[in-house]
Amino acid sequence: MLNKRPSMRWLLWLMPLAFMAVFFYHPLVRVFERMLRAVAVTGLGTPNALRIIIRALTFTLWQAGLSTLLTMLLGLPAAYLFARFRFPGKRVFSVLFTLPFILPTVVVVTAFTATLGAGGWVNQALMNLFNLARPPLSFTNTLGAILLVHVFYNLAIVIRVVGSAWSQLDLKTVHAARVLGASPWRALREVTLPLLRPSLLAAAVLVFLFDFTSFAVILMLGGPRFSTLEVEIYLQALNLLNLPLAAALAAVQLGVTLLLTILYQQVQGLSNLPLLPRLHGETTRTPRNWAETAFVALMLVLLVILLVLPLGVLLLRSVQYTPPGSQQPQLTLLYFRELFVNRRGSLFYVAPIQAVRNSLIYAVLTMVFSLVLGYQIAYAFEHRTVLARWLETAVMLPLGASPITLGLGFILVFSRPPWDPGSFPLLIPLAHTLIALPMVVRTLQPAVNSIPHSLRASAAVLGASPLQRWLRIDLPILSKPALTAGLFAFAVSLGEFGATSFLARPENPTMPTAIFRFFSQPGVLNFGQAMAMSVILLVICAVSFFVIENRQKSP
Amino acid sequence: MKKTIKTLLIVLVILVMVAACRAKPEEEQVSELAGEPTALPQVDRTHKMSVLVHDSFAVSEAVIFAFEEANDVNVSFIKAGDAGAALNRAILTKDAPIADVFYGVDNTFLSRAIEEDLFEAYDSPLLADIDDRLKQAPNNEALPVDFGDVCLNYDKAILNEDNIPVPTGFESLTNEMYRDMLVVQNPATSSTGLAFLLATIDYFGEDGYLDYWRALQSYGLLVVNDWETAYYGHFSRYAGEQSGRPIVVSYATSPAAELIFSPEPLEEAPTAAVLTRGTCFRQIEFVGILKGTQQRELAEKFVDFMLDEPFQNDIAPQMFMMPVNNRVPTPLIYDDIEGMPLFPVLMDPDLIAEKRDAWIEEWTEAVLR
Repeated sequence: MLNKRPSMRWLLWLMPLAFMAVFFYHPLVRVFERMLRAVAVTGLGTPNALRIIIRALTFTLWQAGLSTLLTMLLGLPAAYLFARFRFPGKRVFSVLFTLPFILPTVVVVTAFTATLGAGGWVNQALMNLFNLARPPLSFTNTLGAILLVHVFYNLAIVIRVVGSAWSQLDLKTVHAARVLGASPWRALREVTLPLLRPSLLAAAVLVFLFDFTSFAVILMLGGPRFSTLEVEIYLQALNLLNLPLAAALAAVQLGVTLLLTILYQQVQGLSNLPLLPRLHGETTRTPRNWAETAFVALMLVLLVILLVLPLGVLLLRSVQYTPPGSQQPQLTLLYFRELFVNRRGSLFYVAPIQAVRNSLIYAVLTMVFSLVLGYQIAYAFEHRTVLARWLETAVMLPLGASPITLGLGFILVFSRPPWDPGSFPLLIPLAHTLIALPMVVRTLQPAVNSIPHSLRASAAVLGASPLQRWLRIDLPILSKPALTAGLFAFAVSLGEFGATSFLARPENPTMPTAIFRFFSQPGVLNFGQAMAMSVILLVICAVSFFVIENRQKSP
Repeated sequence: MKKTIKTLLIVLVILVMVAACRAKPEEEQVSELAGEPTALPQVDRTHKMSVLVHDSFAVSEAVIFAFEEANDVNVSFIKAGDAGAALNRAILTKDAPIADVFYGVDNTFLSRAIEEDLFEAYDSPLLADIDDRLKQAPNNEALPVDFGDVCLNYDKAILNEDNIPVPTGFESLTNEMYRDMLVVQNPATSSTGLAFLLATIDYFGEDGYLDYWRALQSYGLLVVNDWETAYYGHFSRYAGEQSGRPIVVSYATSPAAELIFSPEPLEEAPTAAVLTRGTCFRQIEFVGILKGTQQRELAEKFVDFMLDEPFQNDIAPQMFMMPVNNRVPTPLIYDDIEGMPLFPVLMDPDLIAEKRDAWIEEWTEAVLR
């Protein structure tokens, strides 16, 4: 945005900052104030406080770091696959590999236990293959389970963020290096990866922060021996009712996020090289030789096993019924039919259509709000003044804030009319936006910074107004990252079950709420309906992703 | 590119409109599919009140509708997570209560709730129909509404198949034949797990219970964090014969739920509970009028309604708990399971409040580290 009057820039900051102030900082300040009041009365509640904090912090950093490393290790070749190659079913795979992101944890836990548990497929297969007496793979209550599910959830981020940037890289630089005699590996190391650094860092930070504040995965799959900061906050705040210690833990969590964001800014620096819009398909090709074909095939198989197989297990369990006394499961649509029946006349029955409708509306609203705010923030960051950096940190903080602490803040601030969810239904998509916004900004920002000023300058010289410049230069270059960002916002909203569960009202159920409700009572019908509802969530999500993704014009 | 944006926006708007518009006709259609009368009309009434409840709360539409009609009031429910989370919410919003009535405090949290001065005492006339042992609040700040018993559940098919005798109590489990068969919940994170721990403390005493738990561990005890993971993730009925465990800590009424939520009618419940003396822990759930309510009269009426027959009769089919009102007959849905525990553990709520954190910490040191 050349020649912008200084006063105009502040307008860009206004809306995002107001939004952050109302929906993040105000609740956070209120909850900390409340917790500090309790500290004044009771101190930290237990002499073990420091030990608990340190133990939780070290484990959280350890598991998040390891998970991020594994996710990046697998994500890079996967991003390469999507950025460089054309293969049959690419669009379908793209959608399938993003689906894990939206699944509620309780569903993922069930799917993985059925696949990898002692009686699951993998172990059964291995036992049959090698004639073993006991299942070789142990999944329950292990660190491995936590890491695996974290990778399962977050691979999509790396594939999309890094893949999107990779596919927009100017191949000429790489070709130039090759012509000058560099081997493919050298070209990768010294040309491609440095060019990709902004998106690599962005993806890594996002994945790390998600793993850092991960809660349900640790609780359900890690079991009682593993405790992160978030799990401890949950224990202290909601079970032991020890608010002071919860406050201390939440403060530590925010502190780490702050440090990380500052570190990220220092490292990111000014290393943004120009991204020009690519003709669709310019940078992709079909595999040329057996090595490339093998790579494509291998990666696809690996990704399908990791990301799609558990979904398949879910699908299977939603249509299987083993009648009493028989060993053979039958196929049945019974659970799906049962979803539509309020058999017990319950007041809290969730009609599936209603849940789908609510979830979709929230998701679309979240996407729109996030993109609007995200664009504003990304542009406001263009001039990297010191103030801008602090404001950037301010906007990124929600990603590393404890969802439970934030939820408690929501309770304090948004409980009374006219600000309660009953009277102000937009509250929930706005809360979803808060959670999705850092992701959107992280995806859009490197792209915005990479728009060549020379292009804009040329356009200005040729007589284009600022609006025309924005519409004809910026938006096309940003269309792919914007799509990725919007998709993520949509996905975050669909699967959200953390901070916003503190705001939910029974009158406006969403799909995750409905799923959770089925899991809370015993019975084959309940379990089956939980599976059926999860499949519906998956299908809705897949269809939505497909629609959103394929808005991009293809030549 | 303008075209792309336009199309995108149009598609989005259409999506939203279609989703929003389809809902109404669909809902009526749905009720007919179910063969039930169409959903009860939503009427706007003179008064409004709200009730804070935990997530497991459930009630029939018809029952609530009757109360709303009789008192010309719209009742709205705020679901606030599990018992601990709901209590936490009540405490956090103590100065400006978000509801008139709070249902969901259980006996393990009761003393804490009273200590926080959350409630206004109310001597409901219906208290006369309730067993004295269930009235654990000294001044009726909180009144008992229902109770449930946390007991060991076992998978009949698996035990029968391998000719393993049914467990008869705590001590029977520390035996080679039950190796690797038990899954329990962590008392720090699960109220079910806490109830089970308290039962063992009551049985073995504060000096003996840790030895029992160490013994259980030596026979391959599995501890998970929550009821869902234990029941749906590891109980053999759902996790399968090979990896699942046939003994899980759940409720005395879980076998009844298994029977009712079975796709085909079953001859007998596929699971059963261990009901021997002292092995089940009674969880009582209370209701209280929140201090600072602007609707004291309506709140009193609602509390009376919860203790009275229509609601009490509804408790079993909706929440799979037991009603407290003595005038209410034993719920029919429990007819087909093997009885209810005769001698459950009823621990003093003040003792629980005092020692709970210490016991959990002791247990964690002994079992998890």
